[in-house]
Order: sequence, then C-alpha cells, then structure tokens
Amino acid sequence: MTDPKATYVAVDYKYEAPFITCRFDPKGRYVFGAAENRAVVRWELATGNQAVLLAHDSWVGDLAFSPDGGTMVTAGYDDTVMWWPVAAEKPEPIRKVKAHEGWIRALAVSPDGSLLASAGNDGTIKLWWMADGGDVRTLEGHDNHIYSLMFHPSGEYLLSGDLRGNVCQWSVATGEKVRTFDAKALWSYNAGQAVDFGGVRSLSISPDGKHLTAAGLYKAENPLGAVHEPLVLRFEWETGKLLVSHTLAGQKSVAWRAAFHPEGFLICGSGGGAGGHLMFFGPEDKPFHTFKMPDTVREFDLHPDGIQIATAHYGKTVRLSRMAPKPAAPAK
Amino acid sequence: MACGHEEHLIARRNFMGGLALMTGMAGLAPTALAGRLKANSKRMIVIDMHGGLSQLESWDPKPGTDTGGPFRAIPTSVTGIHISELLPKTAKQMHHLSLLRSLNTKNDDHGKGTYMMATGRRQTPAGDYPEIGAVVSKAIDGNDRALPGHIKIRPSGGGGRSADSAYLGPKFASISLGEGKAPENTACPADLTEESSKHREEFRRALNDTFLERRRTAETDAYTQSYEQAQEFVKQRDIFDIAKEPEKEQKRYGNHDFGRHCLLARRLIEKGITFVQVRHSNYDTHNENFNFHIEQLGEFDGPFATLVADLSERGLLESTLIVVLSEFGRTPKINQYYGRDHWGKAWSICLGGAGIARGTVVGKTNKNGTEVTDREADAGHVFHTYLRALGLKSTGNFQLGGRKMPMADPAFEPIKELLA
Repeated sequence: MTDPKATYVAVDYKYEAPFITCRFDPKGRYVFGAAENRAVVRWELATGNQAVLLAHDSWVGDLAFSPDGGTMVTAGYDDTVMWWPVAAEKPEPIRKVKAHEGWIRALAVSPDGSLLASAGNDGTIKLWWMADGGDVRTLEGHDNHIYSLMFHPSGEYLLSGDLRGNVCQWSVATGEKVRTFDAKALWSYNAGQAVDFGGVRSLSISPDGKHLTAAGLYKAENPLGAVHEPLVLRFEWETGKLLVSHTLAGQKSVAWRAAFHPEGFLICGSGGGAGGHLMFFGPEDKPFHTFKMPDTVREFDLHPDGIQIATAHYGKTVRLSRMAPKPAAPAK
Repeated sequence: MACGHEEHLIARRNFMGGLALMTGMAGLAPTALAGRLKANSKRMIVIDMHGGLSQLESWDPKPGTDTGGPFRAIPTSVTGIHISELLPKTAKQMHHLSLLRSLNTKNDDHGKGTYMMATGRRQTPAGDYPEIGAVVSKAIDGNDRALPGHIKIRPSGGGGRSADSAYLGPKFASISLGEGKAPENTACPADLTEESSKHREEFRRALNDTFLERRRTAETDAYTQSYEQAQEFVKQRDIFDIAKEPEKEQKRYGNHDFGRHCLLARRLIEKGITFVQVRHSNYDTHNENFNFHIEQLGEFDGPFATLVADLSERGLLESTLIVVLSEFGRTPKINQYYGRDHWGKAWSICLGGAGIARGTVVGKTNKNGTEVTDREADAGHVFHTYLRALGLKSTGNFQLGGRKMPMADPAFEPIKELLA
C-alpha cells in the first residue's frame, strides 16, 4: 500500500555528471537517466548493473518508451531523435532521425504504441510511426518553444505545452487543434531583464480523466537570479476551467514535473534555491506532505509498481525513493 | 569682461540657462564651432552585452566537455575558427572579425568590470578615468565638431549627458539615447515657424555679440558653444530617427529594440558620429543560462551580422572599429539552476574593422575553459588595442590645462597580434 508520508530514499545510483531527467521502462526493470555529458545511463534495478548509452551530439532532454517496454526513444538538443533497444546488453541506436531545427524538448508515445510525438524549440510538433520512424504529419500552431507533450489516455488527443503558457489539445486523427487551455500563469516576461521565462514544464491527466495539470513556476521576480516559486495548475478537463493552483509559498524553485499516481493523488518534483522536494497534493492547493531530498530535483518518474519514485539530481545521482515504510532492519 | 554686478550675473545665468534647458545641453566645455569630419576619420561601435555574455555560448565553445553545456560549435567563414551554434549568421561574417579568447580581468563584479572594460583601468579612489567613447571622441574629433561625438543607445532610460568623460570635460561625455530616441527638448516647438526662428536667432546673436564685446570669458564661450551645438543637434535631429531609413532596411535589422538600435548605430556612423555604443540586455544568466542565451543571442545574431555586412558593403568597415564586449564572462562550471555565474578569469571578446586583423584568434584557454593557457590579456591591453586600431598613438597624452594625461594606462601595451 502506498504511503507518501513514509517516503524514504532507498538507493543512490551515482555517476560522473549531473542529471537532467530520468525514466523507468514500462516493465520496471531499469531506470534511465539523461546526464549533462550527453550520455543516457541505464541501471538494472535487480542487479545495479550500469550501461552507458552515448550517441547524441548534445544533451538528451527527454526519454519515452513503447508500451511493451522493448524500445526507448531519446530526444536530443542536437535536433535528433534516436530509437534504442531497452534491454540489450550494450545498447546502440536502432535508428536516428533529424527531427527538428534546434532543441527537441519533449517526446510522447501513444497509448497503443503506434505513434511517437516530438516537439521543441522550432515550435512544431511532429508525429512519427514508432515502428519505422516514418513521418506522419506536422502540427503547427505554437509560435514559441514547446516544452511538454503527452497523449490523452484515450489516444484520441495529443496535448502540448509551451513557454508562453499555452496548452493545446490536438486531434490525433486529423491534426487539427481542438482547444487551448490557458496556463499563462506559468509564463512571465520580465521587461527589466528582457527575457521570456517559465513555461509548461509538464502535463498530466488524472486516472479518472477529469483533471489536467500543467506544472512550472510563477512569481518570477528575478528570472536570471532563480527567484521564483513552483506552481501546478489543475484544470477541469471537460470545461477547461482552472480548479486549483497548487503552490508552496516561499519555496524558491520550479515544479519540474507533476504526475498523477494511479491512486489519484498528485506528485510534484521541484528543485531550486530551496533544494529538492517531492510534494504530494490532494485536491487542496497546499501539499499534504513534502519530502525533502538531499539536493535539487530536476525530474522524477513513477515506477509501474506505484511505490518507487526515481529522481534526477544535479548531484550526479539518480535516486530511488519508496513511498512506503522503511523495512525494519534485520535482527542481529 | 563681466561687470561682476550680481544682478547682471543672475540675469545672464537665467537667460543662458533657460536657453540651455530648452535645448537640453547645459554644462558643456568651451570649444570652437565644428567643421566637418574628415572623410577618412575613424569611428567606433561598441556592442555592450550587458550582464556578462558566456564565452562558452559564444566565442570560445567547449562542446563535449564537462563545462561545455549542450551547444555545439559551428564552423565560420574562416577555416579553423569555430564559434557557438547560437551565432550562425555572425559565423558567416567571421572573415571581418577577430576573437580575443584570453582575457583575464581578475574581476567578477558588474560595476568594476564595466568600468574596467570601458576605461582600461581599475577603479581608484583618486579619481575617475574617461571611458573609451570620450577618449576616442576627443582624440579624433578634438574640439572641432558640431554634433556630440559620443553616443550611447540604451534599451531604456532618458537622455542627457553622463559623467563618463571624467577630466576630458563634459563636451566629450556621452549622450544617452534611451530606447534609441533623440533626447527630450530637441524638437522645435510646433508653433515656431521658420521665419520666427530665424528672427529669434538673429536677435539672440545680436544680444550675444553686444554682450561679448566687453564680457567674453571662458564661461560665456562654454554657453555659446553649448547653445550652438544644441542648435546643430536640433537641426540634425533627424539623424536619430530610424523611421527615416527605408522600411526594407528596418525589416532587415529586425522588429525589436536591438535590431533598431543596430540600424541606428549604422546611421549615426554614416552621418559622422565618432563613437556609438549599443547595449543589449541581459546576459547575467545565473539561472537557465542555456534557455536565456538561446533567446538573447537569437536576438543579437541577425542584427549584428547585418551591421557588420552593411559596414563592409558600404566601405565603412575599414574606418570603423567594432567591438562586442561584456563586463566579464561566465563560469565554466554549470550550477544547479542550469546557470553560469560571474567569471573574469578566462573569457573572450570579439573585434573587427578598422586596424584589426581579420579572421584571427588570439589567445587560448584550456580544454574546459577554466584557465588561459596562451597570451593572457587585461582590459588595459585591450584599451590600447582599440586606440591603435583607430590609428591613434595609444602611448600618447592629452594636454589638459598644462598637464599631460595618458590616453591609456601606461602599464599596458596593444595586443599586436590583433592588429593588421
């Protein structure tokens, strides 16, 4: 039984470079971390064995998997998407596609595993056949950097979030934009510093399909100096209405990702000047529990078992935490 | 000679002060009226990348290292020179430019760094040194020009003179164009006809001439020069108006402040202004350095490359020194916020035009940019290099009130490898 309030760090996987993001494969055998030295590092959970996947010419910004757990796709800041075998002893890319102009920041695989969506700094979303990398179509409508993607669990829609707080809902069948959710609270333009800042860092839909969340930051008093606070917006899916703004007042950080647990509560990973935290929210705006991590959290993922959480850290570590009471130490 | 009667003194001050206020040009040093600039006079443009441009995201990339970050290096129009992929258009102009990759100014403070790069000297309690714009304007223009020769274009703020000329006097202090607009009080009142203006001017001259027959002093000369320079400013106010440039030109430079300011800089240089500085904000990227450099250099690259190409095509590059500088660089180490912090230990600037060698890299840093390994240089060396590139004797002196004031810090010398 999941118990967020009992969360503890169970395992540290250490490496030679800070991490950007992390993901479990759908079967829960491995955890993958994308690092600042362009590598993706894989650890086998049962043995701790490590493999380094190095083929991108820049940092990897996102990882996605086929639902059967056989294939991983990586998105690079080198304009390229790569397909990899998840479980090979020494994985090498199966396929490389120059997919966009500029950074590719987000990937998503459709629930039936047939389609891959990619998006990034060129403001376009591209759909590809997962099986062979062939292109399906390009969706245009964002006029700035796209930060996040997800397929609706029904497979009918694709959602995309950009730097300026637009969350677009697209028909997968036709490529038409259906509607836009207003998440502009996650965007700021600081005239003094002359910079756009913020963005929809992640998207998530509740298990019952009734709520959509968009995560990022707000109160950006000093973007260049990292003075801002985390914010997760919770919308009603049917009406698009904003229901709740989840905040943690006074915590200088960004909500890198928010994702629903199958049991319905919301998990948010944040990192910044306040350090790294996992926050757990119910329907109320404030978290019902906050777990402080040893250092700043840049991303997280939930294991298929619903108990383990992987977090990617600046401190050159991927950590596994468990939302369950720590087992008693064996008797001596 | 002034009669010294207090009422006359007050009346004269109020009279001249009122005129000066109207023209916004109070307090200039004495000088003769201007002639025209010589056709081959040198000029200088400085692009101030305010806040601390990252050398690793611009002139000295280190891809694939622990400090390199995510960006790749791209070839330029000069074989063997690579710069960051964030500057694709500038890369095509590299044959007009050179890089100094070995600056070590040993300073991580914004204010001190700005001062150092502007004056070639460290701040001291003893007094201020003039900035490069004032030095260049005095050295090239002398006392013989109608329009001010030292202009700074800023994204915001008002107009008016600053105090950056130190002991060279207010005549060589910069005039700031806030948002790239001409200073206030330089437009003729709408209800003043040309004929009225002509009559006013004749009356003013007549009064002045009568006054000056017996009361001419250095102070009256200063007021006269102020007023007449201001008049020239008002007459030539259109040179500050880029709306006078063809729409096609405005589009080429881009529909944003930096683009407009680069076009204005070109226009001012073409009209004979000796020194123009354009500021681009904001590079102080302690947080999300890479996202912000994508945005800021994305805005910088096109207009800067266009400016360099235009100066070349118009035959102005041989006489115009261009410098892209900052107050320091940024740390090779990437912090927890994906940011880089202040770093004066091993950083870079870009120069081009005038007497600068073309397509050259001077100086080196180590594999991950943490140290200079070859041809270490200070702001003092760079200052000398500017002057030499403008055909000036950087070891020369200004004669001010009987005193010799060195144009540049005598403890340094030009970087000869950067000179053509």
